[in-house]
Amino acid sequence: MQELIWLLPTYPLLGFLALVLTAGRLPKNVVAIIGAGSVGLSFLTAAIIAAQFLASGEEYFIKEVWTWMAVGGFTPGFNFYLDGLSLVMMLVITGVGFLIHLYATGYMADDPGYSRFFSYMNLFVAAMLMLVLGDNLVLLYLGWEGVGLCSYLLIGFWYTNPDNGYAARKAFVVTRVGDTAMALGLFLLFAELGTLNIQDMLHAAEAEWEIGNGLAVAAALLLLGGAVGKSAQLPLQTWLPDAMAGPTPISALIHAATMVTAGVYLIARTHILFELAPNVQELVGWVGLITLLMAGFIALTQSDIKRILAFSTMSQIGYMFLALGVGAWSAGILHLMTHAFFKALLFLASGTVILSLHHEQDIFKMGALRQKLPVSFFSFLLGSLALTAFPYTSGYFSKDEILIAAHGMEGPGMIFFYGGVFGAFLTGIYTFRLFFIVFFGESKAAHPPEQEYGGWNMNGPLILLMILSVVGGFIAVPLDPLFGDHEEHHISGLLHAFMIAVPLIGIAISACFFYFKIWSVEKLMASSFAQSLHKFWNSGWGFDWLYDRLFVLPFLWLARINRADIIDSFYGLVVEVSRAANGMIVKTQSGYLRWYALSIAAGLVVLITIGVML
Amino acid sequence: MESIPVEHGLILAAILFSIGLIGVLTRRNIVFVLMSLEIMLNAGGLAFIVGAARWGHAEGQIMFLMIITLAAAEVAVGLGLIIQMFRRYKTVDINVLSEMKG
Repeated sequence: MQELIWLLPTYPLLGFLALVLTAGRLPKNVVAIIGAGSVGLSFLTAAIIAAQFLASGEEYFIKEVWTWMAVGGFTPGFNFYLDGLSLVMMLVITGVGFLIHLYATGYMADDPGYSRFFSYMNLFVAAMLMLVLGDNLVLLYLGWEGVGLCSYLLIGFWYTNPDNGYAARKAFVVTRVGDTAMALGLFLLFAELGTLNIQDMLHAAEAEWEIGNGLAVAAALLLLGGAVGKSAQLPLQTWLPDAMAGPTPISALIHAATMVTAGVYLIARTHILFELAPNVQELVGWVGLITLLMAGFIALTQSDIKRILAFSTMSQIGYMFLALGVGAWSAGILHLMTHAFFKALLFLASGTVILSLHHEQDIFKMGALRQKLPVSFFSFLLGSLALTAFPYTSGYFSKDEILIAAHGMEGPGMIFFYGGVFGAFLTGIYTFRLFFIVFFGESKAAHPPEQEYGGWNMNGPLILLMILSVVGGFIAVPLDPLFGDHEEHHISGLLHAFMIAVPLIGIAISACFFYFKIWSVEKLMASSFAQSLHKFWNSGWGFDWLYDRLFVLPFLWLARINRADIIDSFYGLVVEVSRAANGMIVKTQSGYLRWYALSIAAGLVVLITIGVML
Repeated sequence: MESIPVEHGLILAAILFSIGLIGVLTRRNIVFVLMSLEIMLNAGGLAFIVGAARWGHAEGQIMFLMIITLAAAEVAVGLGLIIQMFRRYKTVDINVLSEMKG
């Protein structure tokens, strides 16, 4: 049965082909069956394979399907590699992916692009599975670019609004910066180590490079470049909030649960490389810490329900990077999994809220939705608790492990620990700010909802994700053989209590502001300093402004001064010369017979003269 | 019998050919152009005859017969074309036939 692992990406790929080739001519229920069913089949297969793999007790399993290309010694294959890490990823992708597909059958029900939507979604799942199951970096890169393409297509799904197309383009171009770095990293690894098969490459790197080797540092840095682009970490984070222009199931699937965590997967997959370059590994931690704090502050000031969740996603991926940076590989992947559960839940629930309010996304135009939208309410409650690491929800276990590991780290470990704890404090505030404003208080909706949108196909996934968000932390991820046994860190009970209490304090502060209304935001915002700070955070720490000045405007300026195209002027010269020559020769074609006769005679005279002279 | 020197015959042929060529190049009336062409043809024929007499070969005379035939055919076609041209343009000025310009 493990032999059948190649079926995993094949089902969604076939679904994609079926939907694309029929070009929207199928009835909607058939599209739904193909779209969601193919991913469901993948999940079933994945579950069976996972059970057998775990029962077999082996460390890894390789299925060679065919050689992709063979150029000299370079022979990447379509080979599947299954171990604890790809097992977790494949189950998250197919499992959460299936739930989101199911939800989308209801969410997109009224959309004219129903079939197109599911074809892109299926292609995405196929590409994502190739990304995590490929045994070499070329195949991983294929999936990597495939998911990038699908992300582009789905952000710009409602293409009649130019803003959506612009957001899609931004996401594509910004991640392309990281992808270029990653491609350079692959070239470097191949040139130095002679193989791109991940396991061979890592073994070769371990054998050939000592710790701190310059090449290892360069390769790790370039791979990190790819990872920060895909995972929306500093400094390539600007695309993620705009990516919310896509339909909400897309935000849940691509921009929360799976694709944006590909960077985390990449680093965990090549963790040996990062262990050879400890400085870069520490840099990963710093990137994560700074991003998680920055995104936390931004999320405090946003008013769009999906953008808040987007910044929260950024912040949570920051935690994963922090975990990778302190060497807590399993904790990072565990957080990836639990985050996939509760963030997918939050996004899908926000989708229900948005549809119930007739496409209203501004949280200040919601309010008092607790009774009207009970399923969304409970989804948000449990999702928010998991997100803020409330004890014994799923987020608690993963975040706990990350912070404890950070505490045990030498050097900047203490900064990582307290920074992470402070991030959890911010998480508590912004998550419950959203929760209290949307579900409590007075109704400010322009069109108050009659009833909650959605049938069983939308509520079912929500309920399953609620359960997973609560108990997901008890799932034992089989990662220990892969990452080696890390020493267990222990921290004092007092510190642990502090760690647990901080997010709760955040929730309490949020409640004082937005539920009990003891404190007032207006009073807090009275000073001009607070207002400019709010504006600064609201604009995402001015990064869009900065990048506009640094890259976009200079590029536009160059384009404008080069409107005549300097390089083209050389080729223009060739054209001009030909044209002038043509003009001169045309003059000889006078049309007069006598002129031609004279030419013939003169030519003859010249020829004969030459003949006689010689 | 005192034979005419071959140079004299060839010079006469050359003069005739030049006269014909100048006629072709300078005359505007297409009938005269055709006549000048005939002169050129006959100049060529004369050169053949002179050559044949000089070397005592019959081929030159045969070629001249062929030239006469060719000239007859050419005149037939040429005159036909001239008539067509006159019908169409109501003139025999060769300069109106310059539509293939440039």
